[in-house]
Amino acid sequence: MNPLTHITARATVLDIANIDTDQIIPARFLTTTTRIGLGKHAFNDWRYRADGSPDPNFVLNQGEAGDRVLLAGDNFGCGSSREHAPWALLDAGIRAVISTRIADIFRNNALKNGLLAIVVSPEQWASLHAQSGAAWVIDLRAETIQAGAVIVPFKIDAFARACLLEGVDELGYLLKRTDLIDRFEQGRAA
Amino acid sequence: MSGKTLFEKIWQAHEVEAAEAGRPAVLYVDLHLIHEVTSPQAFDVLRARGMGLRQPGRTVATLDHSTPTTPADAEGRHTYADAATEAQVRQLQTNCAEFGVTIHGYDSPSRGIVHVMAPELGLTQPGMTIVCGDSHTSTHGAFGALAFGIGTTEVGHVFATQCLLQQKAKTMAIEVEGRLKPNVGAKDLILHIIGQLGVAGGTGHVVEYRGEAIRALSMEARMTVCNMSIEMGARAGLIAPDEQTFAWLKGRPNAPQGADWNQAVARWKQFTTDSDAQFDRVVTIDASAVEPSVTWGTDPGKVVAISGRLPEVADEGVRKALAYMKLEAGQAIHGVPVDVVFLGSCTNSRLPDLQEAAAVLRGLRVHPKVRMLVVPGSEAVKRDAEAIGLHEVFIAAGAEWREPGCSMCLGMNGDIAKPGELVVSTSNRNFEGRQGKGVRTVLASPATAAAAAVAGVIVDPRSFQEAAA
Ligand code: SF4
Repeated sequence: MNPLTHITARATVLDIANIDTDQIIPARFLTTTTRIGLGKHAFNDWRYRADGSPDPNFVLNQGEAGDRVLLAGDNFGCGSSREHAPWALLDAGIRAVISTRIADIFRNNALKNGLLAIVVSPEQWASLHAQSGAAWVIDLRAETIQAGAVIVPFKIDAFARACLLEGVDELGYLLKRTDLIDRFEQGRAA
Repeated sequence: MSGKTLFEKIWQAHEVEAAEAGRPAVLYVDLHLIHEVTSPQAFDVLRARGMGLRQPGRTVATLDHSTPTTPADAEGRHTYADAATEAQVRQLQTNCAEFGVTIHGYDSPSRGIVHVMAPELGLTQPGMTIVCGDSHTSTHGAFGALAFGIGTTEVGHVFATQCLLQQKAKTMAIEVEGRLKPNVGAKDLILHIIGQLGVAGGTGHVVEYRGEAIRALSMEARMTVCNMSIEMGARAGLIAPDEQTFAWLKGRPNAPQGADWNQAVARWKQFTTDSDAQFDRVVTIDASAVEPSVTWGTDPGKVVAISGRLPEVADEGVRKALAYMKLEAGQAIHGVPVDVVFLGSCTNSRLPDLQEAAAVLRGLRVHPKVRMLVVPGSEAVKRDAEAIGLHEVFIAAGAEWREPGCSMCLGMNGDIAKPGELVVSTSNRNFEGRQGKGVRTVLASPATAAAAAVAGVIVDPRSFQEAAA
């Protein structure tokens, strides 16, 4: 994985609570056996009209192309364990999701793929919301979101952060613990 | 020193390396379950690294999500929803053959929905850590196992190392005091609990269900409760094992046998919460207040008693859910017309679930405007149901009796409803589009689903149950 230190992106506000994984990527698109190409189906049923054309009223169909930060309503990513959800968001150009609550499995899956999943307080959320027209920079080293004139500090899991900053692959980290795992297995067999 | 919770005991027994500041714990996984949807990319990671599975014997595969629920033809060929689902099934077969993983495919008498099949085989045992690339892995917590869903990257971690990097969750006790009323079941109870706590009420926590009403539940009913833990955001749901747990497991193919059995039971008995243990949070639920319940909205926390009324529009979420469901604020849920009834899924597709529905349907007909699908959770459930003639009850009533699989729970295999249709479903998620684009889902118990099938509208199942008794 490439190291990730900061993200420069435009904000997209999706002020809906409990956005579940079936909205992020509906089950009928989970038939893939690869990780790529899911972006066109991110938020599929909100994004496209019945005839398949993009719905101009949906925020992701508005504004120019380019990297985005999703400022989402409370309890983002609830539901399924499908990693297709962060894969789809990343493939759609979404680099970070900010919410007042993020479901456990989604957050875990997101961070493992370099999609920043950031939890802020309702007050911080409101101050970010007020800056949604400005350019945003998320600094992972400093753990700050700079949104126009506002700077919001955040905390993400220290280990996930270190892995992202250094581009460390977690499987490699686990494989370095093979001795410990051997010993654990031997201890149980005894 | 205060005692330990069940969760802490299982956690400690599986810590390969304890967490330290800035570093998660390395947790050993006893049992890894896989299916066709969330595993292919993880096998590719192994291939890319030229690795095999560290412990192929600890991973077990099944076909359930993309599989057709219509029978194979005379040559054993299946009709798939599309080429992609077929490719996904074939990919899992190929991957398991290549990496030496046991798979319960079409030729296995044990194939079934992953969370139905594994307990039936006795693979699920108290005190274990169990993971699967599937959020309803919490089902296995009914046996006092720490069981939770993981993403595909983590599936790869377990393949390669039999371990996961984990932060310890907080603990929450849900004390269900008193007893459930007659004809009020596990599904009503868990819907009621999620309705009380909300869809994020358990976030960051492992929940232990306790109390008299929980102890009184059958193993299948306990699985129904633990299954839906994820719907309140909980990492896992647990119920301490007891004599009923042991009796249920005894003699199952993968359960310990002979002298090993007694040793195993003695070991399993320690997996209970000590009387002086502290939970981070305790919630008390009055079992006698639970009514037959259904969902009315587009998340499993929007729950109403069947005799109750929908809420007034309190916020944008309620407004949006009502609009999607084509329901009015303040209206009664009783009497809402139904198009489709789905009896199945890892929440409610076991033999007692089918029996509960059959007891309502026996001698009656499914309403002419309603289509009803009955999908047993596994080959074993199907055989057992047919042995006692349940299939005849369903078929005589006009329902479709299908082959095992996830089916209309998420509709990946093509079992979906039409846009705008209302499905009364015994599954666990009522998200927008879950059962087909524009489809409206009402989650319910098997009895409520069967009663809705007969009446053609949502009704209190107790009138049918009392008539049948
Ligand atoms: S029945 Fe539904 S919830 Fe259960 S494993 Fe299958 S798709 Fe998931």
